[in-house]
Amino acid sequence: MMLKIKRVPTVVSNFQKEEGEEAARRGGGCGRNCLRSCCIQGAKLPLYAFKRVDKAVNEKGVLQHETTQPPVAFLDSLLLGEWEDRVQRGLFRYDVTACETKVIPGRYGFIAQLNEGRHLKKRPTEFRVDKVLQPFDGNKFNFTKVGQEEVLFQFEASENGEVQFFPDAPVDVENSPSMVAINVSPIEYGHVLLIPRILECLPQRIDRESFLLALDMAVEAGNPYFRLGYNSLGAFATINHLHFQAYYLAVPFPIEKAPTKKITTLDVGVQISELVNYPVRGLVFEGGNSLRDLSDTVSDACICLQNNNIPYNVLIADCGKRIFLLPQCYAEKQALGEVRPELLDTQVNPAVWEISGHMVLKRKKDYEEASEENAWSLLAEVSLSEERFQEVNALIFEAISYNADASGDEAENLLQDADVKPKTHEGVDAINQRSCPTMVTGNQECLVQQ
Amino acid sequence: MEPQLAALIRQSIADRYSLFAPEALADLPDTFTITDPCISGHPIVFASRAFLKMTGYSTHEVLGRNARLFQGPRTSRSSVMEIREAIREERAVEVSIVNYRKDGTPFWMLFRMSPVFGKEDGRVVHFVGVQVPILGRRRRSGVSSCDGDRVSECVFGGSCRREVCSDSLVELGGRVLDLDSADSQGLEIEGPCEANDLEKRIAATAVSNILSVLSHYSESTGRLVCGNRCNLPGPGLLTSSLNISLGRIKQSFVLMDPYLPDVPIVYASDAFLKLTGYSRHEVLGRTWIFLSGPDSDPSVLHQVSPFRLYSFFSSFDLVMMTSKDSSSFWNLLHISPIRNATGKIAYLVGVQNEELCKNQDRQGRTPEMWQLSVVGAVKVAVRSSSMVACSSK
Repeated sequence: MMLKIKRVPTVVSNFQKEEGEEAARRGGGCGRNCLRSCCIQGAKLPLYAFKRVDKAVNEKGVLQHETTQPPVAFLDSLLLGEWEDRVQRGLFRYDVTACETKVIPGRYGFIAQLNEGRHLKKRPTEFRVDKVLQPFDGNKFNFTKVGQEEVLFQFEASENGEVQFFPDAPVDVENSPSMVAINVSPIEYGHVLLIPRILECLPQRIDRESFLLALDMAVEAGNPYFRLGYNSLGAFATINHLHFQAYYLAVPFPIEKAPTKKITTLDVGVQISELVNYPVRGLVFEGGNSLRDLSDTVSDACICLQNNNIPYNVLIADCGKRIFLLPQCYAEKQALGEVRPELLDTQVNPAVWEISGHMVLKRKKDYEEASEENAWSLLAEVSLSEERFQEVNALIFEAISYNADASGDEAENLLQDADVKPKTHEGVDAINQRSCPTMVTGNQECLVQQ
Repeated sequence: MEPQLAALIRQSIADRYSLFAPEALADLPDTFTITDPCISGHPIVFASRAFLKMTGYSTHEVLGRNARLFQGPRTSRSSVMEIREAIREERAVEVSIVNYRKDGTPFWMLFRMSPVFGKEDGRVVHFVGVQVPILGRRRRSGVSSCDGDRVSECVFGGSCRREVCSDSLVELGGRVLDLDSADSQGLEIEGPCEANDLEKRIAATAVSNILSVLSHYSESTGRLVCGNRCNLPGPGLLTSSLNISLGRIKQSFVLMDPYLPDVPIVYASDAFLKLTGYSRHEVLGRTWIFLSGPDSDPSVLHQVSPFRLYSFFSSFDLVMMTSKDSSSFWNLLHISPIRNATGKIAYLVGVQNEELCKNQDRQGRTPEMWQLSVVGAVKVAVRSSSMVACSSK
């Protein structure tokens, strides 16, 4: 059995064609200045090399850091300038600042946007939603097919420990650079995609290095309103090529204001809490003796979820200080016909932004009638049940406490083992998992560390 | 502190409440600060004696700084978000939060913040922030940041306020392990904390005392203030949240209101004032044509005139500008329309770039890209700050 849903895919690149068209074009020369071998030779793109500070969180150090208010950070300014340049060059499908948006009255302050243009001119496409890990398929659209003009800059850790910027850096194909590209169907100003090691064509799947790069970007931008998000397959990622999304919205998201209940603090200083009084159940990670500790803990939790075939979304908020991890089951419910038709009618796909409280609505009627109850009832469908959430937490805590005990290299090896022998990958298993909680192997003891 | 900032801070209080106000405020026993959202960085412009004593800072260490000075690793991020949101929405907020003294020790306090409105135009002129230390530790079942009037709505709220701390270590069915020890003073900083009714009353009384002193002294300058918005902000006035967001953008630019006659300047950045030598009140409300120098190309100037502004969008043009001391300089000007949350054009932004030759500080980026980054930052600021819950408008 295979679970599929039909949805209108988002056009993220001007070179993203209908599947049929894509096939028809193959064989001839490319001629569209893309990132594949046909065009990449000799290509030059701006390169931003950031300084990777593995900040030690002693309290004084952080205090000093907090007290100096930097002017607009260079990365922030670079990204805004390059993005605006693409606006003025007409590369976007619409002007997102012309889309009406508002805060919905109520306790939580959900944000609604009316975006009627985002999904025009696309046919609904079938998406398989029961496999969180799927192999990369070079025949489908991927980010090596975008035009070079859609790439804003290459993004990497600086080799000499200093911030560096090169306006015209050759693309070093051997070193597989990471790139930041525009999303031509933005949901807010500055909507970009961070594509780690773009030429390696990695499938949508979190690994430690890629996640650290995303966290680095949040820290480096230094703007609490520039957040990064991740959708796994089965949790409304539409493109199976590893990418994070990010955009600017200078309004606190409801999820960022939600009360939390502390669960534990790990040896590496990472504090883990649970969201309370929020429609979607989820975990919040913050602190850590170093940025890498925080990053590795969250990556290990993500790796655990994807290896167990549990779809999830991640929000990196507050300049990388807080990370929200939200396992979800909406697409699975949708495929099984368990979602109420009135929710499906809105065609809102509850990916990371929607779960965080930013709702992009396609119909004027839904926008005008948007209420906290509506937003809440949609998100409530996304959430795992309390019982299932606790089972999933047990799995996560087992994974991260195990890895935290192991030394670095050992942990990597263990992870690679886990990658080679995923616990469950077949769709049928996924369904069984939801209905058969006995399958879950985690237990309460694993949460206690001495 | 830079002399300009020091002057702005002195004026912030004196111009509105007279030179005598600081003394009267200092005589109040309450722990509080006053901040000015119209100054870049939303700095503290007054700190009471009791406040300085509580935090261990001296006046000059605090004035000109943003209140995030007192935050640290154990400050709940969701509480910080709540305060940010209240500032954005120009409304009062009450929240329990961990602050840090100068020596680095954290402590719990009840923070109550209230906007101060100018009577004549309904604009937020200041925020008053009262800090009441929370004595003794009260847990709320591990739920943080349900504060003030929201407590009663919180599922866990109130019910186990007097719960003994040691019990809470084994809450959640014994799954929790709390490795963090209490801080050096024996006050537990981990987990949430709720102020009692007395502390809440103290905070409320302090806010109303301070507001009445401010309102009293504002009568002597004729620039009256009040604790409740009496008027909706008039045309051409920016909300404090927009002022705060724009204040973070360090380059030289102005915002103009295309719906008012002569398209007057409604915001001028610090860098713009520095560039031209004018003070803010000399610039606001005037059309920026007055800045153009005698050597400007008349055809370009004509395009910049209000009637032709729309055809001027998205191009870069050299214009000659004159600063207050009559010196002229070439300026690369870029004008772009800026839309607000309804999707309509609300302002025009004019970004200046003094001369083309000063490339050294641009780290390899062209002047045009720097200007575009200002346009982007202004677009985000205007769009986001005009997204206020419909009910409060």
